[in-house]
Amino acid sequence: MEALLEVRDLKVQFHTLEGIVQAVNGVSFVVEKGKTLGIVGESGCGKSVTVLSVMRLIPEPPGKISSGEVLFEDKDLLKMEKDAIQEIRGQKIAMIFQDPMTSLNPVLTIGKQISEAIIIHKNVSKDEAYKQAVNLLELVGIPQAEARYNDYPHQFSGGMRQRVMIAMGLSCNPSLLIADEPTTALDVTIQAQIVELTKNLQSKFGMSVIWITHDLGVVAEIADRVIVMYAGYIVEEADVFKIFENPVHPYTLSLLKSLPRVDSRRYERLAIIAGSPPDCIHMPTGCPFMPRCGYAIDRCGVENPQLLNVGEDHKAACWVEVKNGRAE
Amino acid sequence: MVRYIIRRLLQAIPLLLLISIMIFVLLQSSGDPLASMGGKRLTRPEDRARLAKIMGLDQPIYMQYIYWLVGNDWVQIDVDNDGTLDTYGTRKGVIRGDFGFSLLSRGKLALDLILERLPNTMVLMIPAEIIILFFSLVVGIYSALRQYSLTDQVITTASFIGYSMPIFFVALASMYIFAVNFRKWGLPYLPTVGMFDPKVGKTFSQVAIHMILPIFSMSLVSISGYSRFVRSQMLEVISQDYIRTAYAKGLSERMVLIGHALKNAAIPFVTLVGIDIPFLLGGAVITETIFGWPGMGRLFIDHLTRYDTPVVMGILMLISLAVVFFQLLTDIVYGWLDPRIRYN
Amino acid sequence: MESNLKPTGIPVITDIEKPPLSLSQLVFLRFKRHKMAVAGIFILILMIFYSIGGTFFKTEAYSLVTDTSIRLNAPSTEHPFGTDAVGRDILARTIFGGQISLLIGLVAMTLEVIVGVLIGAIAGYYGGILDSLLMRFTEAMLNIPQIPLLLVLGKMLSDKIAPLSIFGRQFSGSVVVIIAVIGLTSWMGLARIVRANFLSLREQEFVTAARCTGTKNWSIIFEHILPNTMAPIIVSATLAVANAIISEAYVSFLGVGVMPPTATWGNMLNGAYTYIESAPWLWIFPGGFIVLTVLSINFIGDGLRDALDPRALTQSE
Repeated sequence: MEALLEVRDLKVQFHTLEGIVQAVNGVSFVVEKGKTLGIVGESGCGKSVTVLSVMRLIPEPPGKISSGEVLFEDKDLLKMEKDAIQEIRGQKIAMIFQDPMTSLNPVLTIGKQISEAIIIHKNVSKDEAYKQAVNLLELVGIPQAEARYNDYPHQFSGGMRQRVMIAMGLSCNPSLLIADEPTTALDVTIQAQIVELTKNLQSKFGMSVIWITHDLGVVAEIADRVIVMYAGYIVEEADVFKIFENPVHPYTLSLLKSLPRVDSRRYERLAIIAGSPPDCIHMPTGCPFMPRCGYAIDRCGVENPQLLNVGEDHKAACWVEVKNGRAE
Repeated sequence: MVRYIIRRLLQAIPLLLLISIMIFVLLQSSGDPLASMGGKRLTRPEDRARLAKIMGLDQPIYMQYIYWLVGNDWVQIDVDNDGTLDTYGTRKGVIRGDFGFSLLSRGKLALDLILERLPNTMVLMIPAEIIILFFSLVVGIYSALRQYSLTDQVITTASFIGYSMPIFFVALASMYIFAVNFRKWGLPYLPTVGMFDPKVGKTFSQVAIHMILPIFSMSLVSISGYSRFVRSQMLEVISQDYIRTAYAKGLSERMVLIGHALKNAAIPFVTLVGIDIPFLLGGAVITETIFGWPGMGRLFIDHLTRYDTPVVMGILMLISLAVVFFQLLTDIVYGWLDPRIRYN
Repeated sequence: MESNLKPTGIPVITDIEKPPLSLSQLVFLRFKRHKMAVAGIFILILMIFYSIGGTFFKTEAYSLVTDTSIRLNAPSTEHPFGTDAVGRDILARTIFGGQISLLIGLVAMTLEVIVGVLIGAIAGYYGGILDSLLMRFTEAMLNIPQIPLLLVLGKMLSDKIAPLSIFGRQFSGSVVVIIAVIGLTSWMGLARIVRANFLSLREQEFVTAARCTGTKNWSIIFEHILPNTMAPIIVSATLAVANAIISEAYVSFLGVGVMPPTATWGNMLNGAYTYIESAPWLWIFPGGFIVLTVLSINFIGDGLRDALDPRALTQSE
């Protein structure tokens, strides 16, 4: 399978008043053509920063991409000139964000916001862009697309707005769509619709997708491959089936355990992951998950485990590999 | 949009009425209304009584308010108390511009005096407002885009200092530096008094050069204050998610700033301009006094110190009217800029 | 391999999180970060010391002594700030003028805050017709330009109140007039902010809870909602002192504010522009004091605004 996007050893920092935050610590992954990569992890673990760095959307200052390579179509995105990266944004790689209310400009019509990208990238007339935009709105399931072209974001519901965002993202037929928690702010039923819509569009256009979420249920629905992130590190990586059937890293295991299940007994308590996320300014030595890990050994406090193969096409960063709920 | 405009217009009417009532109350507590309406000195009690009846001043206070507002020349009055209605009243009311006669310049209508001076004040105010708006925007936006840079910090500190100075301090200081000391040092200096040099006459260049110091004093304080506001609004807009979306679509910095950021930052700025108008018009009093500029503001203070109530109240009413008008204008512009307001 | 395995995977938490800082500690720390604001505090304290401490060096009687033979003298050793148009010592006058100016600032601010908070709270809490009426009134007041209004009210009322005698010192009655007039014409901005905050806070659940337990309305307003909207009030109050000092200066400068012989930094500037060439010390010193005081208060206000709410929920005026 061909690689569309390859990220190698990406490191991103933020210089704040309280110190330097290590947001992303040497992350590497590959996105294959036509496939979906799911990135999972709790808030603050570096998932958004990673993909924003791919698009070079991290504000510098206070952010800084300190090292790494992002290879797309044989070029390193991190070393490109400003106009070159502007060409790529919206056209080859598109991004949709978490909160559609704040991600859309309230004083411009949604039609204009969709046509904008079409006009600058595809160099067509306003009328042609209008036609294409209306088509896109119909494609994402907005009824009365022509009339709604001239409406403003506040006149749409949350789910509709997210569809508009998707239409905007697809407007120039990108080869990669990055979705940063697009359904987190929506209710479950709308969430299902958006996931369904994305899957249809993906197979229709043959594009790759990076889908970021902290919801494992969504991951199961949409991802082909999954990476699990914690404190700016990738702690486990495998295809979606393996992750669910045989999670190796204790963090992945805890995430799965904390999902409420239909078949759980009535009075069973929900499992939680005790403790809180690490202080990214003063990272402890050793494995960042250790303070919350139920399987920790002495070595975990001393040395940070590397991401190593633990099975066929399955990597994890852990000294203690958990198999079937038991350590080895 | 039209509905919105009509709504705002209708809302303005009770506001104007309320303001007029407040000014009327102020009026009632000061000065001798008879003298201001009569136009000439009255000593005989019979004359005073007769005039009072014609003016409608013997009526209860709510009627007096109505007469003040819309005049009483549509009412028939029984002047000689014989039971028959003799003649109509003579007042036209504030609505038609009748503010009474000036107590100071006997025989002259208050309105005439005001209108004489009004153009001079406009000559100062309009360029001043344009300069204020322009520079506040430019300095504010520049500062926001270069946040944390040395230029930004210098501008911020300078703005603070400028904003904390009362207008007369800026006026006096600029007078001292650019007029007095420049002259002493043999440099070309700026004039400080009046609108033009009487020896040269009221030419365009004369007025222009006399305008420099007053406008400078008025605008320095306002620009310092507003540029900070523009800067903070701009910073807030730039940090919004939709700006990030715009960049993610591949728009250049210029396109994002002009097409997306500016329109959003303009909205609070427009409302700020509306709030500034009263300050500007009020501040004219001080500037015109210091620089001897023959405008409405100086008329105000000259006549206030000599208890010429009709003229003073007339100016107050007119300025308030202007303020309401400009607020309305800015509200309409605001509605045009922000669709969320329009559609509710 | 070695292990202290806990097969169920339940970890034992050994470190306790740092106890969170209290609100006032947080505010204090954030304020300290603002170098300008801290500088502002020092300057303001200096001004206060000057105005109050100065009384140990020059008596008020001295500041009132007129001697036309030494009028308009440039600064000298005997009169470090020079003399004014009737021969009074400017240094002494700035000391006592400072007292009055600062006093006016503080008391006018208090009046403003009381009126503004009351109107804003009542309008915001009760809503309906009361709110409409109060807001129409506020809007009308806002539309009448403040300086002309101050001038008219000042002129009308300044000779209506007799000179006061407090602590054995004589004050012109116009001081009270000016305080009242400034206070009663500057509350509108604060009223609007307080009303907006009350409108949103009264929908919160703690208010509903208070009502359910039978708490009286005034108690809800003052003991429950008001403490939650202190930040904008504090910032407004600070800046109001500066605005009051400037307003008094404007009005006194034009001769309708505080009447002589009581001195304020503002009325010392009255007529100074006629002597601009010959006696710049007439306006440099009192004017300079005003600028320094107002500047320091503005710095402090800005620092407070950032310290109390870094996300700036207080609207700027």
